[in-house]
Amino acid sequence: MIDSIRQALNRLRAFFRKEPLDRDVEAEMAAHLELAIEENLRRGLPAPEARRQAFIKFGGVEQAKERHREARSLPALEMLVQDLRYTFRNLRRERVFTFMAVLILALGIGANVAVFSVVNTILLRPLPFRDPQRLAWFAGNNGVGGLGGTTYEADAFEQYQRANRSFQEMTAFVPFYSFTEGTLMGPREPVPVSGVWVAGNFFETLGVQPALGRLFTAEECVKGARPAVLLSYPFWQRQFAANPAIVGQAITLNHEAVTVVGVLPPRFDFGAVFAPGEKMDILSPIIMDRIRTAGHTLSVIGRLEPGVTVAQAQAEAKILFPHLPGASHPDWGSDIKTTIVGLKEHVSGMLRRSLIALWCAVGLILLIVCVNLSNLQLARGAARSKEFALRSALGAGRGRLICQLLTESLLLSGAGAALGLGLAFAITRFLAHQGSMALPLLGSVEVDGAALAWTLLIAICVGVLFGLAPALRAPGRNLQEALKDTGPSVSQGRQHERLRSTLVISEVALACVLLVAAGLLLRSFLRVLDVDLGFQPSRAAAVKVKYDDGGNADRRSAILQEMLRHVTAIPGIEAAGIADMLPLDRNRSWWLLAKGAVFSKDQEHGVFAYLVTPGYLEAMGMHLRAGRDFNWQDTPKNEPVIIINQAAARREWPGQDPIGRLALGIGDHESRVVGVISDVRESSLENASSPEVYVPVTQAVPAGAELVVRTKLPPEVLASSVMKTLRSLNAEQPATEFRPIQQIVDHAVSPRRFFVLLVSAFAVLGLVLASLGIYGVISYSVTRQTQEIGIRMALGATQARVLMGVISKTLRLALAGIVLGMAASFVVARLIASLLFGTAPTDPVTFAAMALLLCGVACLAGFIPARRAACIDPMRALRNI
Amino acid sequence: MPKDKLDLLQGTLDLMVLRTLEALGPLHGYGIARRIEQVCGDEVLLNQGTIYASLVRLQQRGWIAAEWGASDNKRRAKFYSITKRGRKQLKEDAAYWARLSAVMGRVLALEPKGGGR
Repeated sequence: MIDSIRQALNRLRAFFRKEPLDRDVEAEMAAHLELAIEENLRRGLPAPEARRQAFIKFGGVEQAKERHREARSLPALEMLVQDLRYTFRNLRRERVFTFMAVLILALGIGANVAVFSVVNTILLRPLPFRDPQRLAWFAGNNGVGGLGGTTYEADAFEQYQRANRSFQEMTAFVPFYSFTEGTLMGPREPVPVSGVWVAGNFFETLGVQPALGRLFTAEECVKGARPAVLLSYPFWQRQFAANPAIVGQAITLNHEAVTVVGVLPPRFDFGAVFAPGEKMDILSPIIMDRIRTAGHTLSVIGRLEPGVTVAQAQAEAKILFPHLPGASHPDWGSDIKTTIVGLKEHVSGMLRRSLIALWCAVGLILLIVCVNLSNLQLARGAARSKEFALRSALGAGRGRLICQLLTESLLLSGAGAALGLGLAFAITRFLAHQGSMALPLLGSVEVDGAALAWTLLIAICVGVLFGLAPALRAPGRNLQEALKDTGPSVSQGRQHERLRSTLVISEVALACVLLVAAGLLLRSFLRVLDVDLGFQPSRAAAVKVKYDDGGNADRRSAILQEMLRHVTAIPGIEAAGIADMLPLDRNRSWWLLAKGAVFSKDQEHGVFAYLVTPGYLEAMGMHLRAGRDFNWQDTPKNEPVIIINQAAARREWPGQDPIGRLALGIGDHESRVVGVISDVRESSLENASSPEVYVPVTQAVPAGAELVVRTKLPPEVLASSVMKTLRSLNAEQPATEFRPIQQIVDHAVSPRRFFVLLVSAFAVLGLVLASLGIYGVISYSVTRQTQEIGIRMALGATQARVLMGVISKTLRLALAGIVLGMAASFVVARLIASLLFGTAPTDPVTFAAMALLLCGVACLAGFIPARRAACIDPMRALRNI
Repeated sequence: MPKDKLDLLQGTLDLMVLRTLEALGPLHGYGIARRIEQVCGDEVLLNQGTIYASLVRLQQRGWIAAEWGASDNKRRAKFYSITKRGRKQLKEDAAYWARLSAVMGRVLALEPKGGGR
C-alpha cells in the first residue's frame, strides 16, 4: 500500500522532471550498449558484428525508452499536457476565432448561470427555514380577493390551532403593515421604521434562532406586558451600528419605551418571503386580546405533523372549520372557506410559469451558441482537414485526434464558462440589490455551489457538443485526397456548405422563436402599461404623514384640515388629500351590501375599503362620475356617507342609480352612497377592478395616513418644501420617503418588467448570434466561389447582379429559418399564452414584425460579404485558378 | 526468433531482477540482463532494453536503489542494489511464486478420471 503511494508520488515527480530523467536513461542505455559491444569483441567477434549483436540483444532503443517513460511517469497526463500545449499554440494563432468563440460562450453560459441562480433561489431551493417542506399556508376565502378575505379572525386562528390534529404548530402574523409602522426616536431626527406583528411562536414554528438575545416569551404576548421587539439584522447594523449591547435596552418607539430582546439572524428576511419588495426593520409580538375585535387580521402558517400531507390537512380543515365553537359568527364566512397550500407554493407558485419560460428562453440561447460554434468549428475544420490528414499519416490514431479536438473545445468552453461566471456574478449581484422589485427571495440570489455545478455541467456539455461534430467528421477521411495540394474538391465543399447552411437555418429558427416570444411578452407589457388605472400617476406623489389625534375624530378633522390647508398653500401644489391606503400598495377589505336587497347565500360581499379626506379623489386624479366628493361636514354627528366605484355599483345596485341609496356593512350603521367613481385598478394592473368603497376619515378610524399631492412641476422638486411644511406642523413627522405615485405603479408591474427585460435581452442575443452565423456562412461561400464569381463578371455580370445574387442567397437561408421558426413559434406562443396580457398568442402584428426584423438583420449580415463579392476583380480572381 | 522461447509473465521480470540483485550484490543494467540470460539459458525471450522499465518501477517503489559508479573496466554505469524493503518484498513474492508453481504443478499433474485403466 505505502509502496504504491510512494510509486504514485515518484511518478508524479518524474512527470515534472522529464528532461533530466530522459538524459539519465539515455546515458544508461548507451553505457549498456558499450558494455555489450566490448564483451562481444572480447569473445572475438569482428567489430561490426559485435555491434550488430549488441543491438539485436537490446531490442529497439526507442521502444525501450518509451516503455521506460511509461513505467516511470503518467502517460495520460503527458498526453493531456501535449494536447493542451498544442491547443494553446493553435488558439494563439487564430486569435479572432478564439476571441469570438470565448465571447459567445461567455454570453451564453453567463446568461444561463444567472437565470439558473434566479430559478434556483425562487423555485428550486427550499425556503430558508427548518424543514420548510412541512410549512403550509392558510388562505381564507379560498385565496380569492383582498387581504380582508384571505386573513383570519384571531378567534378563528386560536380555535383552529387548538382543535386541529394535522399541524404540529400554527402561527400567524399581521399582514396589514401600515398598522405596525412606527417612528423611532433617533439621536437627531425621528426615523420611520417598518415593522410587522408576529405571533409569539412565529420563529419557533419556522425554526429561526436569534443571532443575539432571545425570542419572545409567553408573558410578552399578553395584554399589559412590557413591550418587546426583535430587530432585523440589517436594521440593527444600520441603526445601531451592530452594537450587541443594544439587546436588553429600551428604545423609544412611537413615544413608548420598548425593550429590544434580540436580533434576528442575517439570513432571516421577513419581506423576502412574505412581503416581496418590502424590508421589515422590527418584529413585535401580537397581543391577541388587542386584535380580537379588529376583524380579519391574521395570515396563518402551520407546521405539519411529520407524515401529514397538505391534502390531508386540507381535508381536515374542510370538516373541522365549520364545527368550531365560533363558526356561526357571520364574520367567519371567509375563514371557513380555507385553502391550505405548501408555503413554498404560496410564495413562488405564481412565478413558476414565468420562471420556467425564462429558463427555456435561456436554454434556447445556449442551443444557438452551440450551433454557432459548431458552425465556426466546421469553417475551421475545412481549413484544418489537411493538418489532420498529415497527423493521421504520421501515425496519430483516430481516438488521439478526437481527444485533441475535444481538448480544444473543452478548453474554449472552460474559458467561456470562467468569463460567463463573472458575467453571471455581476448580473446576480445587480438583481439581488433590486430591493423594490416585487419578487420573493430576490435578495438572496447569488452564484452558489449549485450554480457552480451547473456551470461546470453546461461547460462540459457545450464543449463536448460543439467539439464532437467536427471531431467525428475530421479524421478517417481519404488521407491521400486530403493531402493533395488542391484543397477540398468542389463537391466536398458543397456538401460542407450544405451542412453549415442547415446549421444556420436552425439557428435562425431558434432565434425566431425567441424573438416571437419576446415580442408577445413585450406587447403584453405595453398593453399593461396602457391600462386605464382609474387614477393619474403622473405628477402625483405620496408621503406618509404622522399626527396624533388621540383617537378623536373631531381633532383628527381639525389636524388634517390644517395640514391640507398648509400643503395646498405651497406654490406648485394643485391639489392634496389623504388616504390611509393607496391603490396598488396595501389594501384591506370590508363588506358592503345594498340595504333591503335579497342575495343568494354564495354572493360575494367583499369590498376594498379606503378611508380618505375630501380632496383625495382629485389629488389622485380619480374620476367622480356621479354625486359629490366628501366634505368636512361629513362628521361623526352627521349621516354616515360613502363613495363607491362602478364595480361596487354594478354588484350591489345592478341597473339602478346608486346615488342616495343606503348600504350596510361599513361600521355598525347604514351608510348613504353620495358618489360613484370610475373603476380603479387596486391590487394589480392585470386584473379587472374589484368593488371599492371610500369612507370619510372623520367617520371611521384610519390605519395610517398617506398624503397625496398633485403638482404642476415634477413632484420631486416639491419634496423638501412639503416635508418642511409637515415638520412645522408636527415636529415628530419622520423623514419619510416622498414616493411618486408612478413608482407605486412601477413596483406593481416590476415582475412583468423583469421577465420582459430578460427575455428581450435573450432575444436580442439570439438575433446577434444568428446574424453572426449567417455572416459566417455567406462569407465562406463567397470566398469559395471567388473564381466562379470572377468568371461570371468577366462574362459580363454587373456588380449589382453579383450583389443581388449573394443577398438573395442570404434571404433564402433566412426565409427557410423564419418559416421553420414561425411554425415553432405558433406552438411556443400557445404554451406561454397564460403569461400574455391583452395579446393573442397568434398576434399577427408581432409575428409579422419579428419576421421583418429577422429578414432585415439577415440582409445586413449578408450585405457585407455581398459587397466583397461585388468588388471582386475578375482579372485577379481568374489568375488564381 | 525461435518459436519455443517463453514469454515473460507480468511481474516475473521484476522478481528476477530482485533476486539477481540479492544474490550478486550491486550490478549495472547490462550485468543484470546478462545474468538473467545466463540463468535462463535460451528459454526466455528477453529484450535487454525492457529491463530498464522494470528497474525504474522497482526503484520508484523503493525496493532497489541506484547510483552512478565505475564498472570493472572503468566505464561509467549505473549500479543497482536491493534495499531492505526490497528483500522483504522479494521474500513475499518468492513465497508466493513457490506456492503458485506448486499449485499449478498439482493441477497440471491431475490424472484423467478412472486412471486405473
